[in-house]
Amino acid sequence: MIVFYRALLRLYPAVFRDEYGDDLLAMFEEKLRTTSALSAFFSAIADVIPNAIAVHWDLLRQDLRYAARSFRNSPGFALTAILIIALGVGANTAAFSLADFTLLRPLPFPHPEQLVLLWNAVGDYAQNQASPAIYRDWKSMAKSFSGVAGYTGGAGNLTGRGNPVRLRIARVTPDLFALIGVPAQIGSVITPSNAGDGSVAVLSQQLWRSQFGSDRGVVGQTVRIDGKPFTIVGVMPSRFRFPDRDTEIWTPFVFAPDAFEDRSDSYVNVVARLKPDVTIERARAEAAALSANIKRQHPEDDPTSWIYVMKMRDLVSGRSRMLVLALCGASLCILILACANLASLLIARGMSRMRELSIRTALGAGRDRLIRQLVTESVMLAIAGGIIGIALAKSSLPLLTKLVPTTLPIEEVPSIDGRVLAFAAILVAITGIVFGIIPALRRPDSRRRRVRGTLVVIEIMGSVVLLISSGLLMRAIWQIQSVSPGFRTDGVLALNTALPLPKYGRTGERERFYHRVLDEIRALPGVQSAAYTTGLPMVRTAGLWNVEIAGRDPRANKNLASLRFITPGYFDTLRVPLIRGRAFTDGDTGDRPFVAIVSDSLAKQLWPGQDPLGRTIKLATKERTIVGVVADVRVRGLEQKSEPQVYLPSGQVEDNGIIGYIPQDLAVRASLPPEQLLPQVRRIIAAADPEQPVSSVRPLSDVVEGETAPRRVQLRLLAILSAIALLIAGVGIHGLLSFGVLQRTKELGIRRALGAQAGEIVALVLREGMQLFAIGAVTGVFVALLAGRSMSALLFGVPPSDPRTIAAAVGVCLMTALIGCTRPVLRAARVDPNKALREE
Amino acid sequence: MSITPLPEATFHILLSLAEEEKHGYAIIQEVEARTERELRLSPGTLYRSIQRMLEQGLIVESNRRPARALDDERRRYYRITPAGLAAARTEMRRLMELVRLGRQRGLAPESA
Repeated sequence: MIVFYRALLRLYPAVFRDEYGDDLLAMFEEKLRTTSALSAFFSAIADVIPNAIAVHWDLLRQDLRYAARSFRNSPGFALTAILIIALGVGANTAAFSLADFTLLRPLPFPHPEQLVLLWNAVGDYAQNQASPAIYRDWKSMAKSFSGVAGYTGGAGNLTGRGNPVRLRIARVTPDLFALIGVPAQIGSVITPSNAGDGSVAVLSQQLWRSQFGSDRGVVGQTVRIDGKPFTIVGVMPSRFRFPDRDTEIWTPFVFAPDAFEDRSDSYVNVVARLKPDVTIERARAEAAALSANIKRQHPEDDPTSWIYVMKMRDLVSGRSRMLVLALCGASLCILILACANLASLLIARGMSRMRELSIRTALGAGRDRLIRQLVTESVMLAIAGGIIGIALAKSSLPLLTKLVPTTLPIEEVPSIDGRVLAFAAILVAITGIVFGIIPALRRPDSRRRRVRGTLVVIEIMGSVVLLISSGLLMRAIWQIQSVSPGFRTDGVLALNTALPLPKYGRTGERERFYHRVLDEIRALPGVQSAAYTTGLPMVRTAGLWNVEIAGRDPRANKNLASLRFITPGYFDTLRVPLIRGRAFTDGDTGDRPFVAIVSDSLAKQLWPGQDPLGRTIKLATKERTIVGVVADVRVRGLEQKSEPQVYLPSGQVEDNGIIGYIPQDLAVRASLPPEQLLPQVRRIIAAADPEQPVSSVRPLSDVVEGETAPRRVQLRLLAILSAIALLIAGVGIHGLLSFGVLQRTKELGIRRALGAQAGEIVALVLREGMQLFAIGAVTGVFVALLAGRSMSALLFGVPPSDPRTIAAAVGVCLMTALIGCTRPVLRAARVDPNKALREE
Repeated sequence: MSITPLPEATFHILLSLAEEEKHGYAIIQEVEARTERELRLSPGTLYRSIQRMLEQGLIVESNRRPARALDDERRRYYRITPAGLAAARTEMRRLMELVRLGRQRGLAPESA
């Protein structure tokens, strides 16, 4: 019983227990003598627990009062510490929320880990769509999945509700919503029973709000998309995004009977759900067997094709992942720096408070009590810093959204939620408790100085690593921006007109529209040229086609190229250099010989060392004669390898043929600013067809600059982090040396008295600072080389050991260190031997 | 910092120590006897109050020990300070003022 009571007494703070434990124990023994053991047991519990809490609370209040007083006495220390913690917590909270959002958090669907995408990979091009026939084969034959569904992205014009609006549409097979497993918020999703002939639609929450005024009676209403009526059957919840974050409306994907004829006409994205007990490895093994099986049955399929089973989560590209991870690494670096600096600060404070603490010890405060006091102080600092840090992180989130890949079916802006806050709280707790205890530990002064020296080395090292990394990324961006896209963007305005089917399925109808619009635009003052095309480079990628040549086995020679239909004037508008032959003219119509223009790399690949002009290729169902060769264009963006290109005249395609490739992108080269040009272009298009919405208007230069936007955001973040690191390191080195000089005032005074010159004293102090700098810089360069190698995918060929970058980074850091040394060095030089000796 | 109204336990401890120096257990017994078992301080409450009262300077630990035969080595004795007496008086005044106000409104228990 006594043992039990002793254990119970441990609930009290040690100070209290030491003071009154014996008395309490004596009373408990007394109680045992007078009452039954059971009653003593319960009354002891009822007594100790509430009183222990109350005593803890009393102590805490006392400590808080004491801490507040001591911070008021040294506000500089408190503010510096709070600022450092805020920076460390802020950077890490922001980085973690981004990483959590894009890499960790499960997709917002039931059992998201079961969701996979199936791609009809061809050779090295893994993420290719499937044809309806191949999709049907997979759906009927694959055993690993509880469901397989298809979808395709598109756009359409919503008309009949004021101005025509361009919508991002996803057409989904009727079983897709059931497979994803998210129910509608209002009404119903698309199901096999309501899909019918495909004239139903489900609205996204965003579209429902913006276009339908959040009308709950919207179900059952009819909307017209591209002139065709659709009955609204439901509205999705606001967090539902599929297949990407831009989709606004879903309609059923119903295949026409003849859709299954051409096995190479690929436009279906395939999503599947793994059966609960099937791993992705097993699904991949099955897919490999399935692919071989299908190719045996269909020798006409591409022999290099295979089925790529990919987790839906992996839609984040390797590059995005790397961007986020690099950011996390950098933030972690900042946190280590912040902790190092904080520890250093607290140690210094601990040393300067030695007198105060000794007095308190002499007055009877136990060691535990002092540690408790110090931890309370540092936790207070940590909480204050943490709150500011979280606010910093929250305000930086809009900047971070540019790093969130658009391909993920998630919302745009990362949120600060419970997980992120928990993460931040853990950071705060660690910094607060660990660095509160360090100064309370009894160490000889020399040890403490060595610890502080090590901390400064860490700070220098971290700054060097961050500076080198940002330097390398900056050089990578310069390198990428110096890459020629293969066309000129200055003065080109890009926009999209819809050309809805079925009206514009007829080639003649389209050509009339192009002629009228382009002629009128070209007649505008200040306009040099204008053209329509299938997918402007970097705006929309066009599909890959196999260019066949008579007499060569189409399966042995894979000559993949992207296909674009263009109107005359295209190469002039984009300033794509014509290398040989001629560009298309108004004479290249459907009743004239079919012609094609290829890019330089394709010409060299098909006819190495020979003249490509006059040769014939088979492409898009027709034999076509090569009339020209143009320079290659980086259609997939500045950083990616682009496939060769083939261009065909917009008029040389049969009615309703290859309708996915109808030229809808308009490019206008003009010396007018866009805001003057655009209203005139809109007027011309509206006059030609009032039911034509104009969308995606932007200067082409924005598109190419947008290519490097995530990188520039990341660079800006890294630059900010580097600046923070430099600041912390500078403060650290300054603090250490200042304190050292202060402590050595007597020694320095004796040296002066013994005849040392001011210069020698300066050298003495400076040497200490520079030694720390040298150690930190050398290890920093070494770590940066390792870090650079692991992020080489982001460096676009810039070697991690780039000497100029390293030299610049070390130089900047050296400057900071020297600035940090200045004040202590000056103070040391000014030590007056008489005063210094008298003070002791 | 104002310490009024005093917590009940504090007031009773002051009353108890106003007569003479006592150790903790004696305080508990005295309070219990004086209030006719109305108020029984638990050991935890007692020492928590004592600790706070020491900090507030209402009482001090006493060095004087009773006759050796009666002394228990483990026991500490407490003595009221002038500040403690003043606090007790202030509290008395506060209570009397309350009683006076109650009487004015005809709330005296004897007239109920």
